[in-house]
Amino acid sequence: MNNFLFTQPFFKKNGKAVAIYFLVAIIFWFVFLVIIPQFYMLDLSFRTNVPPLARGGPEDYYTFEHYSHFIFGSKTATDAFNFVDLGVFGRTIFVSMLVTIANLLFCYPIAFYIAKIANPSTARLLIVSLIIPFWINELLRSFALRILFANEGVINNFLTGVGILDQGILFITYDIGLYTGLIYAYILLMMFPLYNAIESLDINQIEAAKDLGSSSFRTHWRIVIPHAKPGIVSGCTMVFMLTVGALATPVVLSSPNTLWFPQLIYQWFNMNDNWSRGSAYSIILLIVSVIFVLTMMRIFKVRIGEIIK
Amino acid sequence: MSADVELSDVSVTFGSFYAAKNVNVKVNGGEFFSFLGPSGCGKTTLLRAISGFQEPSEGKVLIDNKDMSGIGPNKRPTALIFQNLALFPLMSVSENIAFSLEVRGVSKEERKKRADELLELIALEGQGDKKVHQLSGGQKQRVAIARALAVEPKVLLLDEPLSALDLKLRQRMRTELREIQKRVNITFIYITHDQGEALTMSDRIAVMNEGELEQIGKCDEVYNNPLTPFVATFVGENNPLYGKVTGIEGDKAKIETADGQYLATMNESKKLNIGDESIAFVRPESLFIPRDGDNFDNKIDVNIESFEFEGNLKNFYASLKSGAKIKFSVPNAIDTSSITSGSSIVLGFESSKSVILPKASLAID
Repeated sequence: MNNFLFTQPFFKKNGKAVAIYFLVAIIFWFVFLVIIPQFYMLDLSFRTNVPPLARGGPEDYYTFEHYSHFIFGSKTATDAFNFVDLGVFGRTIFVSMLVTIANLLFCYPIAFYIAKIANPSTARLLIVSLIIPFWINELLRSFALRILFANEGVINNFLTGVGILDQGILFITYDIGLYTGLIYAYILLMMFPLYNAIESLDINQIEAAKDLGSSSFRTHWRIVIPHAKPGIVSGCTMVFMLTVGALATPVVLSSPNTLWFPQLIYQWFNMNDNWSRGSAYSIILLIVSVIFVLTMMRIFKVRIGEIIK
Repeated sequence: MSADVELSDVSVTFGSFYAAKNVNVKVNGGEFFSFLGPSGCGKTTLLRAISGFQEPSEGKVLIDNKDMSGIGPNKRPTALIFQNLALFPLMSVSENIAFSLEVRGVSKEERKKRADELLELIALEGQGDKKVHQLSGGQKQRVAIARALAVEPKVLLLDEPLSALDLKLRQRMRTELREIQKRVNITFIYITHDQGEALTMSDRIAVMNEGELEQIGKCDEVYNNPLTPFVATFVGENNPLYGKVTGIEGDKAKIETADGQYLATMNESKKLNIGDESIAFVRPESLFIPRDGDNFDNKIDVNIESFEFEGNLKNFYASLKSGAKIKFSVPNAIDTSSITSGSSIVLGFESSKSVILPKASLAID
């Protein structure tokens, strides 16, 4: 058996030690970090919520109750649907979409500037200024924004102090702080795929378009954006997925009356001690997000291979 | 519709470096004009100045006597063919060709009609739906030309577009380019470092060196009567014979070199005086092995060092007494089997086939 394994081309090409190391690393990653946790959650989401001691007992059986709770609410509720949770979910998806679009609109000009206009030293400086704030933890960055946006925060104090406004703006109450925080949180994941995609465009393509009479807008529309499409889709996918699943930023920056869907999941796990329901909600978020992204890819005619490239 | 292009005292500087310096040239409408020079001589800079990608630091670019200062590349009546062609890889061949019409808001049917016409011009009928990467090198070349011609520019600018092709294809494209130019009858301005390309296609050429124009003229004029030692050695091959002027006879000058005296023709605009340091040039094909009855103005004793067979020609490399090297070519049709390495022979050349110029640096230095 051993001999059979070690005569495989993979082992011959890489040598025994390296080949074994590769196999172990890949199997560990795939089995322990991908398959087991996901399947455990999937399994849990279809089980009744019982204390650990009652596991395997008569009260521990398979059920759809957590999924139906998400849609129809608790059995004692009077509403036909679980409007609260569905509302939070819908809002999370919708706002994440807007955050992704805002991120794209914000990053595109910067990425283009760094990739094609700025001279090398300016480009380096800009890239470093983009990266350095992200050496600080996401939670701390959110708190920094909270300090800026608080009702008695830096921005309001400044605006009222110099007399532009009589009263501060309720940035947190109206979730302006949250949206800003979410846009900022994953901006690098939009910036770098975009930058890489635009950077690889031959500058002659842009000049050729211009020479043929194309306006600046049209050159972007017909030449730069189609070329950068894989980068755009890959940036949008990552930003959307991470925004939909964001927890730290909403916890710090959302207004007291609004919830972000992952906050709901967090509550089921940690405050209500209902892991099964938390798992069901997580699975719902995962599946809907994946379907959403695949639909977008279908609409914009991008294949998954292009994104990974 | 073709247009005159005039560069009037054009200089382009990058910091303190002059990429082009006081360039004055007038290209006539409908002419095939080439800028010829080694890489880094500033010819591409001039092309960018004409197309509008580079504003001259000094001087003016005039197209049809209209000053082009401040007019961007998308507003000039010029079209540029890039060295790497810069075809749009995500568009079909037709879309590429009709791109300039698309950005001008021309209707789809009109665009298709025009693209089909141009596909016919470049002999690629019915291939409009192909993707660019499905075409061969020569076909891509022609698509780039068609794309540039779609807006009916008055001037077509070509930046060494043939340099990526192999020899045979390059030779065929030369003829094709020339034919297309005659058919569409617009001004072609061509940039190249390949003197063969420039000579075969152009009506006139301008030879450039280090940002400055060395000579403008018809191809044979530049080849036969170079104005500077740089032109003499950059356009075609030339053997330099260094020496001092010892006598003047009409338009001929006598030059005294370490290996003997030769008579050579002076250029009208480059008169020499007795005692001037100068160089006489004689081309490899103008050096002959005298046969009975031949009487050449000049004779040189040489010692053959080596030879090579080029096909139509046999090239001999020889040294003079002083150690100076000389190259001469003999048509393959002539039997030269008796001449081998080590032979000492006498070569002859006519003074009318040799130019003498004031000493200056050569292209090969």
